[in-house]
Amino acid sequence: MDDRHLENILGNLLRAGVLLAAAIVFAGGVLYLVQHSSDAVAYRTFAAGGPDVRTLSGIVRSAAHLNSEGLIQLGLLLLIATPVARVVMAVAGFYLERDHLYVVVSLIVLAVLTFSLMHAT
Amino acid sequence: MTALTFTLVVWAMSTIAGFLGALTGLGGGVVVVPVLALALGVDIKYAIGASLVSVIATSSGAAAAYVKEGFSNIRIGMLLEIATTIGAVIGAYVAAYTSTHAIAIIFGLVLVQSAYQSLMGGNAEGEAIVKSDALATRLRLGSDYPLDGKRQDYGVVNVPTGFGLMFGAGALSGLLGIGSGAVKVIAMDRAMRIPFKVSTTTSNFMIGVTAAASAGVYLSRGYIEPRVTMPVMLGVLGGAFLGTKVLMRARVRTLRIVFGTVILLLAVEMILNGVMGRV
Repeated sequence: MDDRHLENILGNLLRAGVLLAAAIVFAGGVLYLVQHSSDAVAYRTFAAGGPDVRTLSGIVRSAAHLNSEGLIQLGLLLLIATPVARVVMAVAGFYLERDHLYVVVSLIVLAVLTFSLMHAT
Repeated sequence: MTALTFTLVVWAMSTIAGFLGALTGLGGGVVVVPVLALALGVDIKYAIGASLVSVIATSSGAAAAYVKEGFSNIRIGMLLEIATTIGAVIGAYVAAYTSTHAIAIIFGLVLVQSAYQSLMGGNAEGEAIVKSDALATRLRLGSDYPLDGKRQDYGVVNVPTGFGLMFGAGALSGLLGIGSGAVKVIAMDRAMRIPFKVSTTTSNFMIGVTAAASAGVYLSRGYIEPRVTMPVMLGVLGGAFLGTKVLMRARVRTLRIVFGTVILLLAVEMILNGVMGRV
């Protein structure tokens, strides 16, 4: 497998993930505006929100109930996952190319990424 | 302001942010934070959360098209990403013990200088292809990219300097909490002599990975407010897609002028933040 082929797989994976994320956020957005379009909004003071918008399980549960905010957060989570998926795909791609140096390089990046994501929760 | 008006205004501004972010490799945060925080009076924590999502949206949205076109260089991106992430961790640690006002002002002045070079410097196309030096050859960093319907080979030089600057870029983003796209593009373009379109698109690849690393913290702290971030994400994605289409055909000179103008604005933002003690 050459670089160009690998790049095409990466590109397609990324595009599918991004489109799906956008579709979910859009659906949540439409639902929200249908229900609340004339509400007054400001967001001047910060309030951290409940687990429904802050934790993985809460977001999934809320989205499953077709709650508009839950759907939006689910789409955003999917978007946040796309760069991680790119690094994972790069590790696999370099491995197939038997490019051991860059397997190690990509694994280091993946390790740091995983560490900081785990550290958060 | 009603929810509908807010959504439409933020969506429109975010489209511009995504367009500029994809074109310059800087991400959309340069536009998103001031628009939300200063123009619309949204709490800075929500603005920062939305900005983080906008960086990932610019990166993933634009890079999908770039990677297919063979502009960005995954080897360079991965290698330099190590330096950036280590720098970011150290920067965030040091930030607790140091005054960031002075750093913001100094960084702003450095950006003014870079903006000047981008706007004034260089010949018509400003692209000099170099041959890879010994280290870059060993690391297989050279590649090719589309130019005038053909594929143009390019080399890479000064890898240690580039690596060092990337470390600095990461440290700055950790210290100041800003996207480090500007330093990334400058390091690849100026120090490593990588073609400008490859530099900006590879920066786009990298900023998404860097931003994803801090997304978990932002989400669990509640900075990512769904109703604020929804129009940002959709606008930035659309803008980034449009920016990608333009970048592929744009002249390098034009791109350098856009880049120079945007980092000049970023410089002013940094210096003002430093002087007014907002960082």
